[in-house]
Amino acid sequence: MSKKEMIAMLLAGGKGTRLGVLTKEIAKPAVPFGAEYRLIDFPLSNCSNSNIDTVGVLTQYEPLVLNSYIGNGSSWDLDRRDGGVRVLPPYIREGGGSWYKGTSHAIYENIKYIDLYDPDYVLVLSGDHIYKMDYSVMLEDHKATGADASIAVMEVPWEDTNRFGVMITDDNKRIVDFQEKPDDPRSNLASMGIYIFNWPMLRDYLQRDAENPDSSGDFGNDIIPAMLKDKLHLNAYTFSGYWKDVGTINSYWQAHMDLLKEDNMGLNLYDRDWVIYSVNPNRPPQYLSSEAKVRNSMINKGTKIQGEVENSVIFYGVEIGRNAIIKDSVIMPNVKIEDGAYINKAIIGQNSLIKDNARIGIGDAINYNVTVIGESETIINGAKIEHGSIVG
Amino acid sequence: MNNVMAILNNNPQGISLKELTGHRSLASVPIASRYRLIDFPLSNLVNSGVDNVGILLESRFRSLLDHIGPGKAWGLDTKNDGLFLLPPAHINKPGNVYKGDIENFQANLDYIHRSSQEYVIISYPSIVCNIDYRPIVKDHIDSRADITVVYKDLETLYKDSHYTTININDNNRITEMKINPDTRKDTRVSLKKYIMRKDILLEIIDQCVSTGQWDFEKNGISANLDKYNVQGYEIHNYIAIISSLSEYYRRNMELLQPKIFNDFYDTNGPVFTKPKDEAATKYTSKARVHNIIAANGCLINGEVEKSVLFRGVQIGENASVKNSIIMQKSQVGEDAELENVILDKNVTITPGKKLKGDPSFPLIIDKNSII
Repeated sequence: MSKKEMIAMLLAGGKGTRLGVLTKEIAKPAVPFGAEYRLIDFPLSNCSNSNIDTVGVLTQYEPLVLNSYIGNGSSWDLDRRDGGVRVLPPYIREGGGSWYKGTSHAIYENIKYIDLYDPDYVLVLSGDHIYKMDYSVMLEDHKATGADASIAVMEVPWEDTNRFGVMITDDNKRIVDFQEKPDDPRSNLASMGIYIFNWPMLRDYLQRDAENPDSSGDFGNDIIPAMLKDKLHLNAYTFSGYWKDVGTINSYWQAHMDLLKEDNMGLNLYDRDWVIYSVNPNRPPQYLSSEAKVRNSMINKGTKIQGEVENSVIFYGVEIGRNAIIKDSVIMPNVKIEDGAYINKAIIGQNSLIKDNARIGIGDAINYNVTVIGESETIINGAKIEHGSIVG
Repeated sequence: MNNVMAILNNNPQGISLKELTGHRSLASVPIASRYRLIDFPLSNLVNSGVDNVGILLESRFRSLLDHIGPGKAWGLDTKNDGLFLLPPAHINKPGNVYKGDIENFQANLDYIHRSSQEYVIISYPSIVCNIDYRPIVKDHIDSRADITVVYKDLETLYKDSHYTTININDNNRITEMKINPDTRKDTRVSLKKYIMRKDILLEIIDQCVSTGQWDFEKNGISANLDKYNVQGYEIHNYIAIISSLSEYYRRNMELLQPKIFNDFYDTNGPVFTKPKDEAATKYTSKARVHNIIAANGCLINGEVEKSVLFRGVQIGENASVKNSIIMQKSQVGEDAELENVILDKNVTITPGKKLKGDPSFPLIIDKNSII
């Protein structure tokens, strides 16, 4: 195998506990998103568009769907003769090997894979963020600053800083300290979970960290603090544009509503110069009957719409019956919604069946909470489901 | 079906669709919102388990090659068998006048010889349907026919369309076959799907070439009804014969009826096409849509009724589109009005323009035009 300047390691083993019923049977990066995609399509497409042709995908929790989804990587143009995408589950080797304890431990367990390509730099990514980013620009910045590591950051509103790890930098964008979910933030530069490391340096740290039995094997808890302590040059690379961690039901729902805003909140999925690729489900075109009413919504192929759809994102293979009303909702693949059903501010999981006249997301008109119906659930005729309920 | 190969004959003879084939081959004519004509025969074949398919190219095949690529979308990018693109005879003999499709068979005899299969299906991209070949091939073998012709009784034939009509006797044997006749007594129509043993195909090619006759259907099948036992196999599926512009328009529009849409897509397996990685179609708060078929990647900001939209179409604010077919990447500007119109690919209609065709004769706008 030939030497690569930079390869990417994509962390895709997380369970995504806070997504609840949506990740009961699939890893978080395999969660469907934006009518056509799964979360992992965003970092994989970014890699492909940034000309990074070697990507290791670290899987652990419920990997089956993810493994078959990634396949040989051809959907993202990552089926390369030299490099390409590789799914890397934990494995046992002579004298060691174990489950991935944390993010950096997962990389440690795959040092052999990375060494095959003898890279100068390793890009570490998460499989569950929605954004478009040219990693080659970040690499240029990393090289220009001569840093040992670069961490992508973005400015967030000060009141949101307690949800992120924030980086405190000097005038040269050099990171001098960081705070994890602080109540007394000293910066509003939130880490996006995107790192570029000089590989020989990271390799040393990973090996040292592995010898420490008290380490949790995590970049945020162990590796980055150790590098700061050793006064390494950690560079903050500032990103501006749409970026969203869709780790909670609310943020997942909100990210879909963002797509429906006039300017998509800056996440343009129609840009042919930066295509977000996916494994195309082969479906017929979408069919809207003469009774259908569709307003401010995204609708994918393979759907048959006879009812009313407003402010909603409809994934492939969905059928919506006559006089059904769908508002402010996310309807995942292959959901059947029968005649007269009413769905308000809800997420309906894949393959679920909502029978005639069922009403989902009802109750108090103020302070609506998102209602979630899990995968392959059946909601019976005329059922009434209060807003904020979780079914599944 | 390991023992069956197929040859798609891209011969445009008897088709008057020059408005759409000026710059593309018949096989790559866009249809039904996200497909090309060739997607249907190719998908039928792979869904029936045929995995050795040759495509006889004619002329203007750049867009066809681009669409087919190595055949990956149909699972035909395999080491053994798979997809074979068969160049036309005139490539080898520049300046030669095109005599007929038999020339193209002859130019690719090596492919036919080398294929290991015993049976061959000859099909044409101009007839769109969703059928399973397995019962047809079984019937062909069981009936000991030399050639089996798939047909359908259309009951009504349109004046503005072209057909190959057949007459059939009580033993299911085809006694008469007429290609594009002016007077049509028979309403039974050949669907241009011919099943035979490979050695019979080779015999037909040899006979035609050696007697200076060059039309596969006319000289190879129709003229040989006495020599070979040619049997009919009737199907009742939905079919669309795309042999003229009005027929093309009529068949696309017909898909807006829910029953026909379901027959078309939901029987006998999926129709595969080249994936384009478009985002889902977006309908803004100003969109008003009634009875449409749309592919992905569209942005709908105006009113669309009874129309077929291909990938990446944009409809501007207050624009009105009725009974129309809008092909890939075409844009309709604000306040424009279209009725009974076909926009070929990448057409721009500037704001406020009004274009109207007749329901029986749609107005067609050439690829890349700006109006």
